[in-house]
Order: sequence, then structure tokens, then C-alpha cells
Amino acid sequence: MHGPDVAWYLVLAGMLFVTGALGVLVRRSPLIILLSVEIMLNGANLALIAFARHYGHEDGQVFAIAVMAIAASEVVVGLGLIVAMGRRDIELDVDKLRTLRG
Amino acid sequence: MANFIVWVVWCGAAFSCIASALAVISFRNPFFSALSLIGNLASLAVLYLLLGGEFVAAGQVLVYGGAVMVMFLFVIAYLGDRTDQAPWAGGPSWQAVGTVLAAGAILAEVLVALALTTGGHLSHEAHIGRSFGSPASVGRLFLTDHLLAFEVTSIVLLVAAVGGVVLGSHARALEDDARP
Repeated sequence: MHGPDVAWYLVLAGMLFVTGALGVLVRRSPLIILLSVEIMLNGANLALIAFARHYGHEDGQVFAIAVMAIAASEVVVGLGLIVAMGRRDIELDVDKLRTLRG
Repeated sequence: MANFIVWVVWCGAAFSCIASALAVISFRNPFFSALSLIGNLASLAVLYLLLGGEFVAAGQVLVYGGAVMVMFLFVIAYLGDRTDQAPWAGGPSWQAVGTVLAAGAILAEVLVALALTTGGHLSHEAHIGRSFGSPASVGRLFLTDHLLAFEVTSIVLLVAAVGGVVLGSHARALEDDARP
């Protein structure tokens, strides 16, 4: 292949994953935590697609599409929870969610 | 010459990918974070194209950059102006310092594992045909080798849709109860 080989893509995927993890750990707004989880999933997707190119087989791309579908369902449930929090006037701060009252 | 152009495109996409990811986690306003995530997804689609994943790149832009992000923006608009505290406000707390150290440790671990286990033998890519990553070949894999995963994914999507509806209507019922 012309251009960068797979190791470069894997380094980039690792950096993306770590950036997303940093966002999940540092931020307190559940919206931004969800966005950071998306970044982590995309880092994993990049690694999958890089390996698909490396081995010359599309299995990795199929996995990446499955990951995208799962990410979409995760966003639906997460945003549903956030909307429920917003409707009940709960402050959007994960540090203040300490009880599991129904 | 083609090699050089690929490197330039790769460097540009990689830079904008990391920069927009950092922007997502450092904006105070979730609206700007969501917009930066769209930039992140678009630059990742460029990288997927460089890796021969045409169908995945198109799906990334349509499904992720289109549908999922519109859903995010709707929810952010619905919740109104609730800007988070600035992530680095109030000086470095011990939690933030610990988090950055932990993230740096994960990155170092990934890089060391990569260097140790791959050595240098990742540079010989397999030869691929022209149809690599086309919708036809990906779809054929989905309906033959990965049929079970395909069907299970559809069930997961159905469950998520039902869950979203239940969460929304449950919140409305609670709202009615709370009203005097």
C-alpha cells in the first residue's frame, strides 16, 4: 500500500481511544460523556478497519458496521435517560446522581 | 507522487481527527462539542476511504454524522442552555490530575504493546482487489458469514427503540403525577 502502514493507523486509534476515555473521566455532563464514548467507539472502529485492510479481508469492516449499529442504540437509550433527567429537573451532572430512586 | 499525496491526506485527516476529539472534550457548551464530533466523524471517514472501506465511510457520514448527530443536537436544543462547568476550571484538582495521568498511562501501554508485538511486520499488507470494501462484498459477508450478527443487531436496534419510547413516556407519566 502506498502511504502510511497499519501501525500508524493503530497509533491514531489508540490516541482517539485515550482522548475519549479522558473525556468520560473528566467531564461531568452526561451529554458530553456520551459524545466521548462515541469517540472511544470510533477509535476501536478505526483499528478494526485498519486490520481489515491489513489482512485483505472485509470481516473487520463488517464488525465496524455492527459497532456503529450498537453505538446508535446506545445513543438512543442514553439520550432517553438524559431527556428523562431533564424533564424531572435533575441537574445534568453525573457526580450528583447518587441515588437510584425510581 | 501518489505516495506523497496519500501521506499529506493522511496527516491532514489524522490531525483534524485528534484536534476535533480534543475540542469535543474541552468545550463548555455541549452544542459545540456535538459540532466538533461531526468534524471528527468526517475526518475518520477520510481515513476509512484511505483504508479501502468505501461502504463504511459512506455509512459513517450518513448514519453517524447525519442521523445520530441530529438526534444529539435535538436533545441538546430540547434541554436548552445548560452549559457545563469548564472542565479545567478552578485549577487542577487531584481528580483531573489523576485522570490525565491514567489516560497517559493507557496511551503509553497501547504504544508499547504495539511496538513490542507488531515489531515491524505490519508493513506487508495483503493485496486487495478492486471490489474491496464495496457495498456488494460487505453485504455478501453480512448475509453469509455474519448472518447471526446481522440478525442479532436488528433485535438490539428494536430493543433500543422500544427502550427509548418507554423512557420518554415514563418521564411524561411522572411529570403528570408531579403536577398538582
